[in-house]
Amino acid sequence: MPRSSSTLTPDDRLGTAQPAGGGPGDVSRRGTSSAGRSRPTPGATLGLGIATIYLSLLVLIPLAAVLWRSAEGGPGDFWQAMTTPEALSSLKLTVGAAVIVALINLVMGTLIAWVLVRDNFPGKAVVDMLIDLPFALPTIVAGLVLLALYGPGSPLHVNIAYARVGVVVALLFVTLPFVVRTVQPVLLELDKSMEEAATSLGASSAATFRRIILPNLLPAMLSGTALAFARAMSEFGATVLISGNIPFQTQVSSVHIFGQIESDNVHGAAVVSAVLLVIALVVLVSLDVLQRWGARRG
Amino acid sequence: MRWRTNKSKVAMVFGVVLALALGGAACGSSSASGGGKVQLSLVAYSTPQEAYAQIIKAYQSTPEGKNVTFRKSFGASGDQSRAVASGLTADIVAFSLEPDITRLVKAKLVPADWNAGEQKGMVTDSVVVLVTRKGNPKGIKTWSDLTKPGVEVITPNPFTSGGARWNVMAAYGAQIKTGKSEAEGVKYLEDLFTHVPVQDDTARKSLQTFTSGKGDVLLAYENEAIFAQQKGQKIDYVVPDDTILIENPVAITTRSKHPKEAKAFLDYLYADKAQGIFAANGYRPVTKIGAASKFPTPKNLFTIADFGGWADVTTKFFDTDKGIMAGVERKIGVSVAKK
Amino acid sequence: MASSVASSTLTKHAIRWAALTYLLFLLVLPLGVIVWRTFESGLGPVITSLISFEALHAFQVTAIVAVLSVIANTVFGVGAAVLLVRHSFPGKRLLNALIDLPLAVSPVVVGLALILVYGTFAPAGGWLTDHGIEIIFSTPGMVMATIFVSLPLVVRAVAPVLEEIGIEQEQAAWTLGARSFVTFRRITLPAIRWALAYGIVLALARSLGEYGAVAVVSGRLVGQTQTLTLLVEERFQNFDPITAYSASFVLALVAVIILLTIKLLRPKGDVS
Repeated sequence: MPRSSSTLTPDDRLGTAQPAGGGPGDVSRRGTSSAGRSRPTPGATLGLGIATIYLSLLVLIPLAAVLWRSAEGGPGDFWQAMTTPEALSSLKLTVGAAVIVALINLVMGTLIAWVLVRDNFPGKAVVDMLIDLPFALPTIVAGLVLLALYGPGSPLHVNIAYARVGVVVALLFVTLPFVVRTVQPVLLELDKSMEEAATSLGASSAATFRRIILPNLLPAMLSGTALAFARAMSEFGATVLISGNIPFQTQVSSVHIFGQIESDNVHGAAVVSAVLLVIALVVLVSLDVLQRWGARRG
Repeated sequence: MRWRTNKSKVAMVFGVVLALALGGAACGSSSASGGGKVQLSLVAYSTPQEAYAQIIKAYQSTPEGKNVTFRKSFGASGDQSRAVASGLTADIVAFSLEPDITRLVKAKLVPADWNAGEQKGMVTDSVVVLVTRKGNPKGIKTWSDLTKPGVEVITPNPFTSGGARWNVMAAYGAQIKTGKSEAEGVKYLEDLFTHVPVQDDTARKSLQTFTSGKGDVLLAYENEAIFAQQKGQKIDYVVPDDTILIENPVAITTRSKHPKEAKAFLDYLYADKAQGIFAANGYRPVTKIGAASKFPTPKNLFTIADFGGWADVTTKFFDTDKGIMAGVERKIGVSVAKK
Repeated sequence: MASSVASSTLTKHAIRWAALTYLLFLLVLPLGVIVWRTFESGLGPVITSLISFEALHAFQVTAIVAVLSVIANTVFGVGAAVLLVRHSFPGKRLLNALIDLPLAVSPVVVGLALILVYGTFAPAGGWLTDHGIEIIFSTPGMVMATIFVSLPLVVRAVAPVLEEIGIEQEQAAWTLGARSFVTFRRITLPAIRWALAYGIVLALARSLGEYGAVAVVSGRLVGQTQTLTLLVEERFQNFDPITAYSASFVLALVAVIILLTIKLLRPKGDVS
């Protein structure tokens, strides 16, 4: 099966290193025509309709129900439930930890994907297979083994349990596969002719990376980071074990929400959930915008 | 060419997996009762799981229980109660504290007269105890030992765990019943919670936090401590002089399709055999059977009724914004945050 | 030139060791603990615990729920990726942002949200129950919860690659007269198959490992709606770590085997 990108003309490629297209929403510059973005064909419209129904039944309507419950009692009640000391402190911790985790994943995830695709060492295949395991493990198991390794009684004499660092480590574990697995396929597809051309023209590897490879990887990197951020916001099982769960110190919003539900305060739970959703939406949209901006600069 | 070969390989693997999954679904357990058998759904909290397994077996060898099968569900008491409120089918519900039944009474899923009987709807009892390491190295015997410097106390978070609420009321009640004022009682709770390094979300998790090495003393139900010991955990426990009587309710639901059979099973839970099984699993029986005597009686046993019952206590202590415990957590949170 | 070669080798090694060290502490050691804890008392107890009635039923339930949710999300995933990358329409950016959103929802809230709409006492759920269709506290509800938490995974694996490979070949096919579905089947799909495979494995792994949301909507019916993750939790609670770790080990093993299968199916000629 011939590779598709090798059919591009030299004009499109050299020097400016056209980026892959900053994200799914961007208007494509590949080739000369804008035929990458066609008007919706009948097939596409049908597909769109089905996708919308699927998304609505499974995600939108249930989330709307939660938002509906959060709006009970009007904006005053909403504000009150959102600004209780517990809610605020848990929100700060949750969002803060999620941001840190997303940034670490952005760097390390790309690094790991790079090593898995471009590097070679004994045992690489084994490492590659292990990457998805944090997903497959129930969160309670993740929490327990992290506690065993890095909590009191750690064989490595490291104790980060029952502290905020513990929350970050637990989140890093459960979000490990996201950036790696979104960047890896793109790296595999990356056309090396551009890099080779740049190197033969005298560019250092750093410059090659920065101007040719990175712009092509950025959409996937940001895409994976967005996923990691979202996931870190919602994690319950792994963090609840290693964090110690002390209100105002190490209690994340998921646990706060659970406490509200347990106390039959569905409104309070819905409010904090709604706030988390809005924050997540804002960050996701920002990352999307960032992708486009990065693409245009490329 | 290669794609086609691999495509057929993929299709084959896919097909096999799909066949297995759907085949599994087809011979999936059919829970429908047939042939004259009645199926009762028991929705209970997690700790009496083994007790109920044994009781059901015993029941099925009685004439009333011969044609009864059971569909069972066990989980955290609050979770289970909410599941029934959301539509989980249940004929008999058994929870660890009364508010979880009250929630269903409000939703008209349990009749309002569920506790009108002789035992007031309670099927087992227990008490709050102080669980220590084997041999009690720190010599913990009383509530005041918990607030000594350097002592770490494990208890779950009172807003996510019903068990934690019993612990809090036992701690508070012990102060009041020994002559302290309300303000002093609340001060004790503040002191106590500054000694709590971990607040797990459920009672079982805090038991496991303790058995895996964290903390010097755990506040728990007596039956939990006995259960852990039966499972080989190296712990001891002390029944303090002043402690609260934990009462676990059970009820039949209003939407039960087999009310007669459900009532028969409920009555059986009070029979000597069933109460004996509960006792063997660490619960204090509510009827006067011989096994009851093996449980030590605390000198000063009080009940939740002494504080106005759960309805009042939930509002006064556990309202998430205005309750006493909310105040306690906030005070500690602020003071610790300042460190 | 020599120095840049040397520095690039140094960089290469630095990157490699940074990645491997990170993975050692975050991935390899924790997995090692699981393997160790599973086989601490030998192979016998592991096997015994895995062939118990509850464990076998849990396998069955997990298999059904995971496979169904992965199939659903794969179809949605490929379709949505094609829509987002190859077409423009009003509301596209919103759709794009909404697809990732389910991941940000706490598992307790996922359960709550589904029950609010499809529970027995909810409007839609009530209507369905009256017509004999049980969603919540039964397999369909668990499948829905699992779909919810793994929704974006296939889309996000496929979309960047769709973007990367460009549209020339598809254009060529169109100009030669191929209809869109034929183009899709013979050109697009083969080109994204590697990314699709990664996406499917991710989604499958996530579906196997989900606990919170499924726990809320499952009803925890012993032997009926207990997935492997629920079994793991329950066994831990009852001081039976052998069964709990054994079941976790199996979950991990399944994820590894699927990935291995996909790697083996990859044609040898397709190497970067």
